[in-house]
Amino acid sequence: MLAALIIVFREVIEAGLIVGIVLAATQGVARRSLWVSAGIGAGVLGACVVAGFAGEISALFEGSGQELFNATILILAVGMLTWHNVWMAGHGRQMAREMRTLGAQVTAGQRTLTALAIVVGVAVLREGSEVVLFLYGVAAQGGLTAGAVLTGGLLGLAAGAAVSAAMYFGLLTIPAHRLFSVTGWLITLLAAGMASQAVLSFQNGGYLQFWMMPLWDTSWLLPEGGEGVLGIVGRMLHTLIGYSDQPNGLQLAAYLGTIVAINALMRIVNRPMPVPAAAPAPAE
Amino acid sequence: MLKNSLFAAALLVIASPALASPTYQLTLKNHRFTPAQIHVKAGIPNVIVMTNNDDTAEEFDSTSLKVEKVVPGHSSGSIRLRPLSPGRYPFMGEYHAQTAQGVVIAE
Repeated sequence: MLAALIIVFREVIEAGLIVGIVLAATQGVARRSLWVSAGIGAGVLGACVVAGFAGEISALFEGSGQELFNATILILAVGMLTWHNVWMAGHGRQMAREMRTLGAQVTAGQRTLTALAIVVGVAVLREGSEVVLFLYGVAAQGGLTAGAVLTGGLLGLAAGAAVSAAMYFGLLTIPAHRLFSVTGWLITLLAAGMASQAVLSFQNGGYLQFWMMPLWDTSWLLPEGGEGVLGIVGRMLHTLIGYSDQPNGLQLAAYLGTIVAINALMRIVNRPMPVPAAAPAPAE
Repeated sequence: MLKNSLFAAALLVIASPALASPTYQLTLKNHRFTPAQIHVKAGIPNVIVMTNNDDTAEEFDSTSLKVEKVVPGHSSGSIRLRPLSPGRYPFMGEYHAQTAQGVVIAE
């Protein structure tokens, strides 16, 4: 039971963190629960389909189908996160102002809900397919352990949901007028981390075979995964900010490149708006 | 320097995915890996071909090798290892971590 709990928790934690950030980033946007739920639902459905066709996907592209599939959906998520941030750069200031005056009911911002729902769907799909394969394997073997595994799985799911809630309510303690700039940075780092993972996926699939030597090794300080509390902390940071204990050159390039690209795009979108001069705001 | 490495990079991208690297066989049966120790040469890319003889899927999982690869039951999959520094790199079958354990030793 414990093994099942740990496996499901490990997989669910990533999706849980992302759902928490997305919920915070869409704070006050109407019908966001519907969209986020739709993302989760589509992700679970997709996970079952991917698990069902695991053999077929694997066999594609000379055995690199799985890696290419992972890299592709990661890049899709990076694109969606970028779109959200860039859109917010154009409209976020106004939203934040309305939130302060009108309270939490902001009807704007629905457009990027689609993008964020896709990000949620992708996160659930990636981790979910592994859970489905694991649970299917247990079910196929039958035996007395199935019930215990199911219990463990459900507990793992609950723990993942708790992480999601903790992330969300933690972010909500940030004052409303600063919330969007914090979630904006979280989303930028999330995207950068996913870009770096996409690079690794390509490399594991036999593509982009350059700059592959690890630049440094901090696994002695904080392992990126594995057993124990440190392993879980490392894994959470891996998801949140793309922490890697042994990043290679191309991963770092993708990571930094994504941060630079998103910020540049946000700046470009922001430019035509009547921005108050760069003079410091008068002290109140 | 940068130009040279970009050129080399372009060549490598075009040339891949070639399986010219040394290849090692790994078999999973009854949720145990054989051999449980794989000795590879450090500093060059290596490939492990994992054959899963069980009925259910298994995920070859290694934090230190930076690999997560699902291999469905009764099929095989190639696991590409980056050039490794000398050392021990444990791996496991995530779905049966109690029995499915192994280690890559780069030397």
